[in-house]
Amino acid sequence: MQYLEGRKYVVQALFLVVALVFGARLFYIQVLDGSYKLAADRNTLQRIVQVPYRGLIYDRNGQLLVQNTPVYDLMVVPREVKQLDTVRFCQLLQLPLEEVREGLQTARAYSRVKASPLVQNLSTPELATIQDNLIDFPGFSIKARMARSYKTENMAHALGYVGAITPAFLEKPKYAKYLPGDNLGITGLESFYESVLMGRRGVQYRMVNVRGIEKGSFRNGEFDTLSVAGQDLHTSIDIELQKYGELLMQGKRGSIVALDPKTGEILALVSAPMYEPSILTGKGMGNRYMELLNNPERPLFNRPLMATYPPGSVFKMVNELVALQMGVVTPDTPFDCNWKLVRCTHRHEAPRNVTLAIKNSCNPYFYQVMRASVLRGRSTNRFEDARLGLGEWRRQVMSFGLGSKLGVDMASEKKGMIPSPEFYDKAYGYHRWGYKTVYSLSIGQGEIGITGLQMANIMATIANRGYYYTPHFVRGIGQGGPRAEYLQRHVTTVDPKYFETVIPGMQAVVDGRGGTGNFASLAQFGISVAGKTGTVQNPHGDDHATFAAFAPAEDPKIAIAVFIENAGFGGTSAAPLASLMIEKYLRGKVVRKNWEYWLQGSADKFVKRR
Amino acid sequence: MALPARYSRSLDWVTVAIFALMVGLGWLNVYAASYSPEAPAGGLFSGLSFQELMAFDWFKQILWIGTAVVLIVVLVVIDYKAYDTFAFVLYGGMILLLIITPFIARPIGGSRSWLELGPMRLQPAEFAKFVTALAVSRYMASINLRQQNFRDQAVLAGLTLLPPVLILAANETGQALVFAAFLLAYFREGMSPLILVILAAAAIILILALLVPKLWLVGVFTVILGAILAFNNKVLRHHLPVSVGVWAVVVGMVFGVDFFFNNVLQPHQRKRIEVLINPSADPLGVGWNVTQSKIAIGSGGLTGKGFLQGTQTKFDFVPAQSTDFIFCTIGEEWGWLGTTVVIVLFMVLLGRVLYVAERQKSVFGRTYGYCVASILFFHFAVNIGMTIGLAPVVGIPLPLFSYGGSSLWSFTVLLFILLAIDAYRKQDLVR
Repeated sequence: MQYLEGRKYVVQALFLVVALVFGARLFYIQVLDGSYKLAADRNTLQRIVQVPYRGLIYDRNGQLLVQNTPVYDLMVVPREVKQLDTVRFCQLLQLPLEEVREGLQTARAYSRVKASPLVQNLSTPELATIQDNLIDFPGFSIKARMARSYKTENMAHALGYVGAITPAFLEKPKYAKYLPGDNLGITGLESFYESVLMGRRGVQYRMVNVRGIEKGSFRNGEFDTLSVAGQDLHTSIDIELQKYGELLMQGKRGSIVALDPKTGEILALVSAPMYEPSILTGKGMGNRYMELLNNPERPLFNRPLMATYPPGSVFKMVNELVALQMGVVTPDTPFDCNWKLVRCTHRHEAPRNVTLAIKNSCNPYFYQVMRASVLRGRSTNRFEDARLGLGEWRRQVMSFGLGSKLGVDMASEKKGMIPSPEFYDKAYGYHRWGYKTVYSLSIGQGEIGITGLQMANIMATIANRGYYYTPHFVRGIGQGGPRAEYLQRHVTTVDPKYFETVIPGMQAVVDGRGGTGNFASLAQFGISVAGKTGTVQNPHGDDHATFAAFAPAEDPKIAIAVFIENAGFGGTSAAPLASLMIEKYLRGKVVRKNWEYWLQGSADKFVKRR
Repeated sequence: MALPARYSRSLDWVTVAIFALMVGLGWLNVYAASYSPEAPAGGLFSGLSFQELMAFDWFKQILWIGTAVVLIVVLVVIDYKAYDTFAFVLYGGMILLLIITPFIARPIGGSRSWLELGPMRLQPAEFAKFVTALAVSRYMASINLRQQNFRDQAVLAGLTLLPPVLILAANETGQALVFAAFLLAYFREGMSPLILVILAAAAIILILALLVPKLWLVGVFTVILGAILAFNNKVLRHHLPVSVGVWAVVVGMVFGVDFFFNNVLQPHQRKRIEVLINPSADPLGVGWNVTQSKIAIGSGGLTGKGFLQGTQTKFDFVPAQSTDFIFCTIGEEWGWLGTTVVIVLFMVLLGRVLYVAERQKSVFGRTYGYCVASILFFHFAVNIGMTIGLAPVVGIPLPLFSYGGSSLWSFTVLLFILLAIDAYRKQDLVR
């Protein structure tokens, strides 16, 4: 039997081989392969995101405009829904059957075991009717969260609105921190200052067992972060002025922009037609949004920032200033009111100097001013001369913040258009156009386009005698000031001394005998308004009325641009409207009730049809 | 009767020490596995009543260990000759018990294999191992396996196969499979190695048939066999019929594996094999157990998460964590160092048992020793293998570590009968 003893080594070898295989395998999965560690953490760690309190929004006098109030979402866990009595359920929620079915379908598609919202934004009274009956419907629960509510009926365009994040947004890296169902600012200040308003989300790591039941914090909260409430926004809007502007614009289309020229702060921004900000909150918000979107009057369109029009006669000031800076005219340069060059607005006294020209808004005068700026004999070729001249002219015009975005703290701003020589090359061909082709620019018509905000900014620039601060809505973020770029002064290419020479003309527009903007006069209160009327030719219908002004002329506190679509001549409607706004802002109240009465109603009444 | 004083000198204290160490470490891990972070106070001195403490596995395990110590004393005091003498009697009694168990046991976890005696639950299948080991050792001592006596071999096969067949009938596949371990002991006593080789080859072919396209497998095998016949004239001349027979059997197995897989195996057994091949086949069922078990062990790292700090086990991701999957707790909380210590301990124990077996003068003692080593090894290999995804999930415990009275008692008895026999090996000379 001795020969069998060798077999013990076979047995021992077998044991050892298995032990070595186990040791090696364990070394691999325990020490070399890190993926099991991650898998264990994924198993047990649950990330709970705490959404902080969204920052509040105030007006310039500290009045609260936007706050947070609790709303409730009806959540559903599809797997736990048992024998749903759909008829009773729909009655309870006052929702059509299709909508409930669709909602359940969506929830099921998202997850069978995770809760997803079925009906969002229930108010407290709505919740009360549902909550007591909810016990009969397993799988449904209520989740409370904070939503926006508004203390004002005005300013919807500037405030913007807050809504649930869409799947398309979620895919962008910028929104990586957001989860489905999270809210974020979608337009207006809510969107522009989203990062400030939202605050910092807190994250808590919880350990859960295999059934998802919480088993305490992970490593005593070592990795947890507390949520930080969003910062408040202190806007420069004067809500009383805003409200008054919206009242005056009732029934019209158009815009008002009022600025504080000394700081660039926006005092009021009216876009008509308007809507109440609270429309875009709460249950049924989606339907109401679609209604606004499909409204032919386009109330969601933020006109002062997004609509570009030819500025009309208001632009004559810029034209003149550029020419003065170029030295091609002086304030005392006379030009004829030559109707052969271009038709003038009306018969008036001879424009012997710039003041009279502005007061009467003389078209031929400014035709000749711009011609002097553009055609300077730089080239013997008159086309090339016009080309070079327009390029230089445009560079100086753009220093007024025209033809590019000003950089207001709102995303939707349009840049407008100051046509370049290349633009005309493209349209007419190289050396195929001369001054006669582009002269409409001299009186603010033609290919030129500017926004209401840019128009107000021109007034602020003139009021400041040569510089402006970028218009902005927010003068204070949290405890701090505005964004740094809004403290930066932008200087035009035109010397301050030239600005002084155009202001008397603007004052004459308002207070001079026979000035085009006499309806804007506030002389009875001792306030000198400097302004300019404008009538924008509109190929699609009645002309648009504009009026831009600043006051008091000596120490300007407000610069304003009013734009009323299809209201004809600017002096009739836009000028008195602007003066009421100035009166309201400077005096705190309006005593000229007759003007208030005159301005109510639609734009039609201001038009004198020929 | 032997004198206790002489007896204590001849007892193999090395084995006793390893045994005690493993049971102690086992208890620590049972404590960790049944520890709940919400009720950390469940200690011995927390003022809980006996009834309340009985809800904790770790407390019951203390009772099992205590009774196991009593059992050890009884086992070594009994005259060693009794194991030899009563081997067949015990075997007969065990067979009867296995037959009646399914009729009197309540179904627990899908099988009727647990007998309830008051608060205790015992699994006769656990004890069938050592009883069968005694019986086959006794029979082995009376025959010579090398003599090719068919009748003796048939009786031996019958003795070995009867208990697992009865256990299989009670739906305890894992416990039945353990009896395959006896082949190792028979091999040491002279069984033709060809049987082991054929079984291993069959297993490899079955596994390959599940993994590799069948025609490929048959093709490659045919080419290899053909090459041997073509280049080795001796084989061609003398073993052609055998070669053709082997070819036929292999091809039959390859194509029969699907039939075996789909018609012979039960669905849950089929799944366990599928999962072994591809753990993501059934991620929420059996695959879940394997995956979570691997995650638990794998997340332990080099040094582990620390005693009572395992998240996989504390939060119930690992099933049966104090019994069959106790190795997960070891791996998660003590890391690779801990698992290596456990593997080394098993190697030392198995080596010592083999050493003790080899120093027996009687065939009975040696065969029994090898049975003990083989059974322990089978449990060790299959249990740890399943937790790290190297063996199918078979419900058998890790000896001396897993929670459970039946398992602890049966391994204690298994081991200490060997030590009792060993303690008298010198007297055996006289005999």
